[in-house]
Amino acid sequence: MSLKLKDIVPQLITVIAVVLIFGFFTYNAQINMENRGIDFGYGFLSQESSFDVQFSLIEYDGSHSYFRAYLVGLLNTILVSVIGIIIATILGVIVGVARLSPNYLINKFAAFYVEFFRNIPLLLQIFFWYFAALRALPLPQDAEAIFGVFFLTIKGLYVPAFIWQNFSIFFYSLVAAVIAIIVIRIHAKKVQENQGKQIPVFFISLGLIFILPLLSFLIGGVKLSFEVPVLKQLATTSFIYEGGVSLPPELIALTLSLSLYTATFIAECVRAGIQGVGKGQKEAAASIGLTPNQVLKLVIMPQALRIIIPPTTNQYLNLTKNSSLAAAIAYPDLVLVFAGTALMQTGKAIEIVSITMFTYLTLSISISILMNWYNKRIAIQEK
Amino acid sequence: MSKINFLKPDRANLNTFLYLGSFLFLISFLDVFFNSFFNLNLTGFLPNFLSFVLPLVLGFIGLYFIRIEYSGIKRLDLLNKHINTNNFNAVLSLLIIFVIIKSIPPILSWFVVDASFAGDSKDVCTGTGACWTYIKVWMRRFMYGMYPNAEQWRINLSFISLVLLGSVGYFATDKFKKYLTLYYVVIYPFIAFLFIFFFISGGPVFFDFSYGIIAAILSIIIGFFIPGRFKFYYFLIVPLALYIILKYFLFFEEYIELGKLDGLNWVETGAWGGLSLTFIISFFCLIFCFPIGMAFALGRRSGFPLIRYISVGFIEFWRGVPLITVLFMSAVMFPMFLPEDFFIDKLVRAIIAISLFEAAYVAEVIRGGLQALPRGQYEAAKSLGMGYWKMHIFVILPQALKLVIPGIANTFLALVKDTPLIFVVGLLEIVGMLNLAKTNPEWLGFAMEGYVFAAIIFWIICYAMSKYSYNLEQKYKTDR
Repeated sequence: MSLKLKDIVPQLITVIAVVLIFGFFTYNAQINMENRGIDFGYGFLSQESSFDVQFSLIEYDGSHSYFRAYLVGLLNTILVSVIGIIIATILGVIVGVARLSPNYLINKFAAFYVEFFRNIPLLLQIFFWYFAALRALPLPQDAEAIFGVFFLTIKGLYVPAFIWQNFSIFFYSLVAAVIAIIVIRIHAKKVQENQGKQIPVFFISLGLIFILPLLSFLIGGVKLSFEVPVLKQLATTSFIYEGGVSLPPELIALTLSLSLYTATFIAECVRAGIQGVGKGQKEAAASIGLTPNQVLKLVIMPQALRIIIPPTTNQYLNLTKNSSLAAAIAYPDLVLVFAGTALMQTGKAIEIVSITMFTYLTLSISISILMNWYNKRIAIQEK
Repeated sequence: MSKINFLKPDRANLNTFLYLGSFLFLISFLDVFFNSFFNLNLTGFLPNFLSFVLPLVLGFIGLYFIRIEYSGIKRLDLLNKHINTNNFNAVLSLLIIFVIIKSIPPILSWFVVDASFAGDSKDVCTGTGACWTYIKVWMRRFMYGMYPNAEQWRINLSFISLVLLGSVGYFATDKFKKYLTLYYVVIYPFIAFLFIFFFISGGPVFFDFSYGIIAAILSIIIGFFIPGRFKFYYFLIVPLALYIILKYFLFFEEYIELGKLDGLNWVETGAWGGLSLTFIISFFCLIFCFPIGMAFALGRRSGFPLIRYISVGFIEFWRGVPLITVLFMSAVMFPMFLPEDFFIDKLVRAIIAISLFEAAYVAEVIRGGLQALPRGQYEAAKSLGMGYWKMHIFVILPQALKLVIPGIANTFLALVKDTPLIFVVGLLEIVGMLNLAKTNPEWLGFAMEGYVFAAIIFWIICYAMSKYSYNLEQKYKTDR
C-alpha cells in the first residue's frame, strides 16, 4: 500500500463536504416535512388522480392513477421528441448540405436560416408559433381543405385516420420485407467481396419494400380506408371536426419550433462533418474511377458520419430536454402533467421533482448509449 | 452565322443566346415583380395553373440559354458560376429569387408601410400592418418590468456606469494591462454586484455594507504601496481587519449617514423584470458558472478517484435534466431543503440554479480543451518543478481556455437564450412581460408585434455575441 497522506486528505475533505451538504439538506427536509405534516413516499402513484388531460396517446381520464398520468406525460414527451428529431434531422441535413452548395443564393439562404433561427431563444419561438402564428389560422367553419382531406384550423390540424382491416398481415409483410432486405444486403456484400460483382441492392430493396406490402393488399385480404374529418356544428357559432385524427395546436407549435431550432444546430454539425473530410479523399476516390454517387456513398459519407454523429447526438438530447418547454404553452408533457398538475394536487414536491428528473436522466442516458453504440460501430477499426 | 441548335447553347451564337435568355429571364422576373409589388397579373388570361408556373418555366429556359461556358463576358461567367451551374441549381435559384420578390411586399407593408407608430392608445392601430404603438406604450414594462417608473433612472445609471467600467480594458495603458485579468475576474463583478445590490435593489441594506465598501476601497489604495512579495498576505488580511476596525472601533452608526440616501426606496426582486432582468441574470450566471465549471472540469481530470467520481456525477446529472425542471426544483423543492427561517430570494435561487446548470456545460467544454492539449505541456511543466496549481494556472489553463473560446461562447449564448425560462419561478423578463402584456384586456391581439420585437432584440444580442467570440477566437489563435 502506497497511500500517502497527500493523496487522502483532499479526497477526504471533498467527500466530507459533499456528505455534509447532503446531510444538511436531508435533515432540513425531514424537519420541514414534519412541521408541515407531509410524509415522504411514493404511494400516491397508485391513487386516483382526478384530473383530466387534453391530449393523450393512451386512454386516460380522472379515474386513473397518478402513475397513469405520469405515463401519459411521458408518452407525450416522447412523441414530441421523436417527431421533432425526425423533422430536425431531415431539415438539418438539407440545410447543412445547402450551406456547402456552390450556388451563391442557396448558400446564403441556408446561412440566413441558420443565423436567424439559432439566435432567437427557443421559448420565444414556441410562443411566437403558438400565440401569434397559429392564432392567425381560420376557425373550423372557415377552414379550407388542403388536398381535400387536411384541415388546418385554429383548433389544430385534422388529418384523415387510417382504418385497417387485417392490419397484422400488412405488418408481417413489412417485417418480412425488411428481413429480406437485410439478408440480401449481407449476401450482396459477400458476393462483392468474393467475386467483385455488384448487385443493385438499392433497387431490389425498393422493389421489396413496395411489392410485399402491395401483395398483402391484393391477396392477403388487407383493406385500408380513410376516415376524413367532417365539420360538425355544436352550437350556432361553435364548430368542430369529427372523425380522423386531430393534432392539437400545442403539438404543432412545439414540433415546429423544436425542429426549426434544432435543425440549425444539426445543419452546422453536418456542414462541419462534410468539410472535415479532406479534399484529397474526394480526389483520390475520383481518380480510381468511382462515380460521383459512389464517391459520396463509399468515401465521403462514412468519414463524414464519424464527425457528424457525436455532436448530432448532443442535439438530439437537447431537443428531448427542450421539449419540456411544452409546459409553457400547456402541451401536456411530462413536466406539465406530472411536475405541474400532479404536484399541485398532491404537494409531494420532492418525490415528483425527483421522479421527473430521473426520467429525463434515463431518457438522456439511453439516447446517448444508443448513439455511442452506433458511433462505435462506425468508428475507424484500426488494426 | 452557323446553324443554331437550341438544345445546346454554345459560344458560336453567344449573342443570340444571351439576348434570348436574358429576355426570357427578364419577362419571368417582371411578371413576378409586377404580380407581387403592384398586384398585377400579367398572365391573367391564362388558366390558373399555367399562369402560376409560366414565370418559372420561362426563367428556367432563359437561364438554360445563357449557361455558356467560357463566354468571355466576365459578369456572365460569374453569374453562371454562382447561381446557374446546372439545371437543378437554376431551378433552385429561380425559386429563391421568386420567393424573395414575393415576400418583400407583405413584409415591408407589415413592418413599415401599413404599420402605425403614432399615438398612445389602441385606437390608432386600425391598419393591417404592425402596431408599433403597442411596443411604444409598453416599452418601459418591456425594459424594466414592474420596476416603479420614478426609480428607473437607477437601473439606467447602474447599467451605464457598468458599461463604462467594463470598457476600461480598451483604455488601459501597458502598465495596467497585467492587472486587467484581476480586474475583470474579481473586482469588476464585485463592483457590479454592489451596484445591483445597493443601487437597483436599494434600501436599508446599503447602510451595513458601506463599511465594507470603504474598507475595500481603502485597502486597494494602500495596496498599491505594498511591496509585491507581501501583496498576497496583505489582501488576505487587511481588508477584513479594516472592515472590523471601521465597523466596531472607528465609526458608529450615527456618524455615517452615507447609507441613508433619501429616495432610494427598496424595490423587491419580484418587481424587477424586462430586458434589464435578462441582463442581470445573464451577467451573474456568466460570472458564477465559469469558475464552478472550471473546478469541475479539473475535478473530472483529477487523479483522485473520489473527486473524479463526484465531478462526473455532478456534470452528468445537470447535463441530463432540462433546465425547466432544475428551475422547478429551485422553486418548489429547494425551500424544503433549507432551515425554516432561512429565506433565499427567488432571483438568487434562479441565478444559483442556472449557474449550476450551465456550469456543467462549461465544465465539459473546458474538459475538451484540457484533453486537446498535448501531454508534453503537462510533462514540461512538471519537469520544471511546478506543482499542480502552478502548472494549471500558468501553463495548462491559459492554453486550454484559448482553445475552447468558441465552445464557451456557445455555452454563454445558450445561457442568454435560456433566461426566458425564469418564468417558472415567477420572474418575468422580456418574454414573460410580453406574455403579461398580451393578456391585458386593453391591448388584446398584438402578440405578433411583441414577439417580433423581442426576437429582434435577442437576435441582435446573440448575433453580436457570436461575432465577438469569433473575433476573440481569431485574436487569440496561436499556431501549434
